[in-house]
Amino acid sequence: MQTALVVVVKVFHFNNYRKKAMSKYTEDDLKKELETKEYEYGFYTDIESETFPIGLNEDVVRAISMKKEEPQWMTDWRLEAFRHWQSMEEPDWANVHYEKPDFQSIAYYSAPKKVDPNKTLDDVDPELLAMYKKLGISVDEQKKMNNIAMDIVVDSVSVATTFKKTLGEKGIIFMSISEAIKEHPELVRKYLGSVVPQRDNFYAALNSAVFSDGSFCYIPKGVRCPMELSTYFRINQAGTGQFERTLVIADKGSYVSYLEGCTAPSRDENQLHAAVVELIALDDAEIKYSTVQNWFPGNKEGKGGVFNFVTKRGICEKNAKISWTQVETGSAVTWKYPSCILKGDNSVGEFYSIAVTNNFQQADTGTKMVHIGKNTKSTIISKGISAGKSQNSYRGLVKINANADNARNFSQCDSLLMGNACGAHTFPYIEAKNKSAQIEHEATTSKIGEDQIFYCNQRGIDTEKAIALIVNGFSKEVLNKLPMEFAVEAQKLLEISLEGSVG
Amino acid sequence: MLHIKDVHARVEEKDILKGISLNVNAGEVHAIMGPNGSGKSTLASVISGKEEFELTQGEITLNSEDITELDPEERAHKGIFLSFQYPIEIPGVSVTNFIKTAINENRKAKGLEDMPASDMLKMIREKADLLEIDRKFLSRSLNEGFSGGEKKRNEIFQMAMLEPKLAILDETDSGLDIDALKVVANGVNKLKAKDNAVIVITHYQRLLDYIVPDFVHVLMDGKIVKSGTKELAYELEEKGYDWIKEELVK
Ligand SMILES: Nc1ncnc2c1ncn2[C@@H]1O[C@H](COP(=O)(O)OP(=O)(O)O)[C@@H](O)[C@H]1O
Ligand SMILES: [Mg+2]
Repeated sequence: MQTALVVVVKVFHFNNYRKKAMSKYTEDDLKKELETKEYEYGFYTDIESETFPIGLNEDVVRAISMKKEEPQWMTDWRLEAFRHWQSMEEPDWANVHYEKPDFQSIAYYSAPKKVDPNKTLDDVDPELLAMYKKLGISVDEQKKMNNIAMDIVVDSVSVATTFKKTLGEKGIIFMSISEAIKEHPELVRKYLGSVVPQRDNFYAALNSAVFSDGSFCYIPKGVRCPMELSTYFRINQAGTGQFERTLVIADKGSYVSYLEGCTAPSRDENQLHAAVVELIALDDAEIKYSTVQNWFPGNKEGKGGVFNFVTKRGICEKNAKISWTQVETGSAVTWKYPSCILKGDNSVGEFYSIAVTNNFQQADTGTKMVHIGKNTKSTIISKGISAGKSQNSYRGLVKINANADNARNFSQCDSLLMGNACGAHTFPYIEAKNKSAQIEHEATTSKIGEDQIFYCNQRGIDTEKAIALIVNGFSKEVLNKLPMEFAVEAQKLLEISLEGSVG
Repeated sequence: MLHIKDVHARVEEKDILKGISLNVNAGEVHAIMGPNGSGKSTLASVISGKEEFELTQGEITLNSEDITELDPEERAHKGIFLSFQYPIEIPGVSVTNFIKTAINENRKAKGLEDMPASDMLKMIREKADLLEIDRKFLSRSLNEGFSGGEKKRNEIFQMAMLEPKLAILDETDSGLDIDALKVVANGVNKLKAKDNAVIVITHYQRLLDYIVPDFVHVLMDGKIVKSGTKELAYELEEKGYDWIKEELVK
């Protein structure tokens, strides 16, 4: 089965072109280029967009809803969220330090102007197509990718959803959430906010009020989705926030594997990204959700970069299973805890994570596993890699409710440090209210040793490559959980994000 | 091939090698023997370019090229291979993945494309068979939880794969039982050719029954104090090192 990774693969090809072009330079230029490694996807396409003026109030929320031709219930839902948000405070318990965004200086809606959502891909704005090309996803190629369905969000609006028809034959719905609000209001109304309520937290409330677009996916009863579904997010317009909303519903006995990739052009100012992802796995269903995130991490001095405040949560009914797998290499600040509510008996939650921080990046990430049903099981494997002056924190909560008989959890948190200026922190919290619970926690911290590097060097492997090899070995248990081609790209991404991290 | 002239080296402000000269020609096998702590491993590290060892005086050339300023990986690309006395663990990296990376990095340095997977596989099979290495072993994490013998066998497997010009075997015999020793020695002998050379560092004459040296050198307190042919190894086995010390005092 081919995977959705194509999007990401293509981005890498683009990368390779750049590298090839670079080879005309001298060896010294190349070295310098590696030292001051800039964000690889840092280009900006000048598509005429329609951007709202900055600032946020009820009128802006109404205007977003109107612009998107939403039904009244949706507008009301947004307004309700906005009112909650106004009464909330930005959380500051995470182990990250940054200048709080000024929420009144952000534009909350930005859409490519000339796109008509009713047109097919072939009718898309030529400038947008040029941008696809830059991304390495030409329309021709998209047609060829006959096994991949993807929904592309550029800035705030979903530009094109492909393969709707193939999926439609199986009854699978995969479209932008804006379309879903119009075409499947009963599903959206029932499930939106059912896992992450509007008032769940500060960023979730903000997202609920102003989310611009995102993906919607429904897999009918007993259907195994025949392809990996993929969404590709990209922040383009300067000074805008991106607030996607993703809703995945796997009906009884169904299965879906979902991939999410993201990039953003490099900019000096910080860009805000606050997404909400809700997963619903009904009885006997399984959802695999994989993310490769490489938003702009800021430059070597710690300037710019994306603030990534994301709420991801899934609910498992009886015998259902949700696996979160993430490879996080980007963003200046990451605040993210993909979680599972194990409501149904015998349900299973998994969290596999690799978080890399370099230079001045800060990541506070982990998971929450809430055991409600009986015989529920959760596994947490977290691999944190810190280099430069970065700070990498794992924060996890395993909660076993009183009625959750025979709940089991296994957690393993490993940290790998490169150099002496970075930090790794683990904050595992356990709340067990049922005596039959079995909870195991293992944690290790290691450093890449000079002896390991010399051993590799002696075999002809240079230091940069040696580190990549050691890091890949360290991350293997998680990389193995990714769809294969995605894993290959993730490995390259690890390599790129750690380039220049050794002297 | 390898010319070492009056090499002095120190680590952490401590002089360890105190004037070593050694010439190794293509096709030769040299054995270096000597008591613990005399500087044998240090010499191996200095030849292969380990950074923490500072060369304070002397010359090292490989095929008439000065290699003292080269990085360890550059020396490796020129054909220097060190079988480590204490091989290092790299968790999560399989033996296969490691050797594949090493081979392709060496090829890259020579301007060659990656070795085609089918060739790689064939070569791995061949060399694993030569050293009687079980297939399952190849998928294990490099040196992690390996027995002493497995580690050494794995070192020689890597050597067989990389086909170096100059192989330095640092106490490869320690930790091997007699059967394993024969297998490993056989592997080394198969690789011996007119255009490459081997330096065998060992405490025991035992290994030299199987890998027969052309020259034997005795290293004591950072200096080569005596050189001879393989008979010298027997003499050392029989009498220990003390008589050489006494001889030196005279
Ligand atoms: N990294 C190091 N730091 C400090 N001293 C070292 C280091 N490596 C070796 N030495 C010292 O150098 C001397 C020679 O060691 P070595 O070359 O390992 O001897 P051999 O291999 O002959 O047993 C010993 O006294 C040892 O303690
Ligand atoms: Mg030694």
